[in-house]
Order: sequence, then structure tokens, then C-alpha cells
Amino acid sequence: MIEVSHLTKRYGGHTAVSDLSFTIEKGRIYGFLGPNGAGKSTTMNIITGCLGATEGEVRIDGHDIFEEPMAAKRKIGYLPELPPLYTEMTAEEFLRFVLWAKGVRRSEWESQLCSVMEKTKLFDVRSRLIGSLSKGYRQRVGIAQALLGNPEVIILDEPTVGLDPAQIIEIREMIRALGREHTVVLSSHILSEVQAVCDHIMIIAHGKLVASDTAENLTNLLSGGMTVELEAKGSEDETRAVLDGLDGVAGAAYAPGAEGTTCVTLTPAEGVDLREAVFKRFATSDVPLIELRKDKATLEDVFLELTQSEPDLTQKEAKGA
Amino acid sequence: MTAIFRREVASYFKGMLGYLIAAFVLVFAGIYTMAYNLSGVYAGFEYTLSAIAFIYLIAVPILSMRSLAEERRQKTDQLLYALPIRLSDVVLGKYLAMLVVLAVPTLIMALYPLILSQFGTVSFATAYGALFAFFLLGACLLSVGLFISSVTENQVAAAVITLIAVLLLYFMSGLSDFVSTEAPASLLALCLLVLLFAVVLWMLSKNPIVALLTAAVGVGALLACYGADSAAFEGLFGKIMVQLSVFDRFYTFVDGVFDLTAVVYYLSMIAVFLFLSVQSLEKRRWSE
Repeated sequence: MIEVSHLTKRYGGHTAVSDLSFTIEKGRIYGFLGPNGAGKSTTMNIITGCLGATEGEVRIDGHDIFEEPMAAKRKIGYLPELPPLYTEMTAEEFLRFVLWAKGVRRSEWESQLCSVMEKTKLFDVRSRLIGSLSKGYRQRVGIAQALLGNPEVIILDEPTVGLDPAQIIEIREMIRALGREHTVVLSSHILSEVQAVCDHIMIIAHGKLVASDTAENLTNLLSGGMTVELEAKGSEDETRAVLDGLDGVAGAAYAPGAEGTTCVTLTPAEGVDLREAVFKRFATSDVPLIELRKDKATLEDVFLELTQSEPDLTQKEAKGA
Repeated sequence: MTAIFRREVASYFKGMLGYLIAAFVLVFAGIYTMAYNLSGVYAGFEYTLSAIAFIYLIAVPILSMRSLAEERRQKTDQLLYALPIRLSDVVLGKYLAMLVVLAVPTLIMALYPLILSQFGTVSFATAYGALFAFFLLGACLLSVGLFISSVTENQVAAAVITLIAVLLLYFMSGLSDFVSTEAPASLLALCLLVLLFAVVLWMLSKNPIVALLTAAVGVGALLACYGADSAAFEGLFGKIMVQLSVFDRFYTFVDGVFDLTAVVYYLSMIAVFLFLSVQSLEKRRWSE
């Protein structure tokens, strides 16, 4: 649906996006995840034709956004970071203006207006001035504007930013519903949001794509993702003695716990579940085991590890991923 | 384009601006018609028009300042970029909407000669010819204002710069009398203009090589021409200033001449500034 290849955008000396390539397939919800300033908005602005690229190519359903902007733009509905609304118009007037500007046939105006206002729940405020609407409603008018003309791809730049929790939940549900009919691409710097809504996550840092996969695959990305955490009631030496020579341990870290206990983090070798062996060791020893659990790396850990490293490091990881 | 045009016209007349501009033009037209034609018992409406040409100093900046600058400030330009419409259509739609606002008082003023004809003989050809040129002059100045509005995102800055530009154009032919007519002075002034153009180019394109090249080629060409025929430079700068004075063209119509070259001149000026506005929008998309 969308093919981005070797996209680069430089502002003077600053490189906002560097050599970004990815493909977006039909009928899924994609999440662009990255810290502020990672290049999410710039990428989206280029894909939608709002911004020129320094290098690279963007194709929307085969149409190059720079060579055939009209054909490409008809396939996209875009909600920028700040919803672009004329505050002196009413919601309905504004939507009619967008219908006209998108070149939708007049016979379809009423039906499209109705279906879009129903999807975005705008019927109650249709005749109010946009300037007097709350931020939540403005966001919905912005989404409604993107939906008009029934484009195949909906691109939403930080659609929930600045909304209250109830509004955020509503918008998320709306996006999930949109995903059934359209290909949706949304950006966010909030991890839980992307995790909750998207089928596929693309993590961007320093203008580069550092990971692109489903949420589950991403969490498994890091070293199998598994560690064994345990706490024993004994000194560090006693605990070490118990665990000494255990098979399949790739690494162990000891730290003193509260009230004379010791906390241990064991990293198992590939494909080994250590819990049973650990339990048996403690069972035959004099040191009581008071906690034993398997710890899975969260998406948050993946995100932090991928985005907080140095730019040149992230590139290596991207290749590894 | 029609969508943009309709939205703009609606926004001018749903707010105050459309009525304000019409009222402003009509107040002055009324006062001067009263003074010249009614109290002064003079049948020529064209002189009234020539006397109120100064209202464009105020009306044009106020009308054109928000057109593109406001889109940028409110970030609605992103919508225009993302919609499947050409930027030339955006500019044209906005420009035509401004012309509609200007056309409202112009059409009302078209009634004045008819009213005056009740009291005596009025040369309709001269009066309507002058009114047509009055509208064209306004249209020409609005295209300049639109371009200036496309360069900045601050309405006040757009208004002030447009005011200065219109003011310069207004006094251009008067100022040209004070310009030295000697050939070296003309050469110097033209060289300075080329350099100024190069500096503007540099600021817009952020490309020092292109700007330097433009300056070098421009100054070089001027020096070569001067070397070939220095007599041609005598009074040249003054002549160019007169040529650029858009208000002077209007005064020919007031004198009763329907000057077709002036019509072509106005239309070309408009075309140039609309083209520049489109380029300025296009450029904003590539460098921001």
C-alpha cells in the first residue's frame, strides 16, 4: 500500500530522517513509535505530501507522491499533529468544504457526511463553530476530515495527544474500528497506546527505523526475553553455594535484598527453563527460597533499549533485528 | 479551486472583513463624490476615483494580510498541502475571493455615474473606463499583497510590508522626478537593485552560490551594456521607476484614455505575483 524507500530529510545541517525504508501493507493498523523528535511527524508529513524529501521515494498504491501528487493524495486521509481546522466555520460547513476540495461527487456528499459523522460521533455538534468545540471534539472533526472521500489509508499523527483519559479511550476505540475498513498508520510516543491499538509496531529513533515487527515478536526480540528472578533467605555466600555449578546458567547477578535476604537474577542459556532445577537445589539445601519467578522483558524495555542508545548503536541493532 | 474560493468568500462575508472593506471604500467614495461632484458641481466621476486611489494604501494591506499568513499560523496550510488540490488552485481561489470583496464596493460605485447623470451630462465611457481601471489597480495591488502574505506567517508583518510596498508604488512616479538622470547614477542604482535582488534570493533559497552567481551575472551584464552604450543609461532608472508605477497607469484612464497596454500591464503584474505566491507556497513545503 505504502512503500517508502531510502527516505532522507535534512533541515540545514540537521538530519531529521535518514535513509528510512519500510512497507505498509493493506488492512492493518501500524504504529509509529518513537521519542519526541525522532522523526515521526516529518516522516508522516512527507508520506502525505505536506513536505518535500531531500532524498528517497514514497509510493502510495504505486503512485509516487512527488510525481503524481493528485492520485496519491486521493488515497490518503491525514490528520496532522495539530488538527488543521478553520475555527470560524461550523463542523458541518468544514466537512462540506473538505468534501468539495477532495473532489467527492455531490451525490455522495450526504451519505458520506452521515457515515463519517456517525463514526466520529459528531452529530450533536455539527452546527457549532469549531472554535467553540473542546479539544476532544476538534480531534474528532480532524479525524472526520481525514475519513471523507473514503481514502484507503488513514494517517494519524499523535491522535490522542492532549486529550483526557475518557477521550483517549474513545479515540482508540474509533481507531480500532477504522482498522476494519482502512489501513491505519498512527504515531505516538506512548507505548501502551501503540501496544493497545496496533497490529504492527515500527520503532523510530534518531530518524532511523530501529525495529519493525508485531508487539509479541518485539518482546521476544531481546535475548529470548527471559530471566529468572529469585529471592532466598540467606547471605550472598550461602546463596552462591546453593546455586554453584547449576547447568544452563548463562549469567547470574547477586544483590542483597531486604532483611538478610539475597536477590538473584539468572539469565538462562538459550531455550532452558531453570526454575525446576533451582527449586530442587534449594529444596536440598538449608537456605529457604522465598520467591521464584520468570521475568519477561516488556515492550517498554525493548523500546528503551532501542531508542536510548547512541545513534550508531541503534543502526547495528536495526540490522540485527 | 471552487471549494477554496467559496470558503474564502463565505469567510470574508460571514466575518466583518468583507463588509468593513466595502464600507471603508464607500465612505471615502461618498465623501469625495459629495465634495467633487455634488458640491463642486463637476460631472466627471473619474476625478473622484483618482482622488480616492489612496484608500488602497489601507484597504489592500487589510484585505490581503490574512489570506495566506493566517493559514500558516493556524497550521491549516497542512490541510491544503494534504488535500488533492494544486497549490496554484489554492492561490487562485484565494485571490479571486479577494477580488469579489473588492468588486462589491466597485459595483456599488458603478451606480454613482448613473445618479450623477440625473443632474447633468456625464461621460459614461470615461467614468466606467476609470472605474474599470480603478478595479484593475486594486486587483494588481492585491496580488502584491497576496504574495507578501505568502512569505510571512505573521499577519501584522504582512500588513506592514504590504503597506510599505503600496506606499512606494503610490509615490513611485513622484519620486522618479528626484532621481539623478546622469548615466553613472543610473548604473549605480541598477547595480544596487541587482545586489538587493541577489540578497533576497540568498535569504529565500539559502544558497549563496546561486545568489553570488546572479549578482555577478547581473552586475556584469549592466557593466557590459554601460560600456557598449553609456548614453542609454541617461535617466534610465527614472524611466524604469515610472514604468513600474502602477498608479500612473490608472491616471491615464482618468484622463479619458482607455489604454489597452495598461490593461495588459496590470494583468501581467497580477500573473507574475500569483506565480510568485505559488512558488513561495511550494518552496515552503520543501525547506521547512
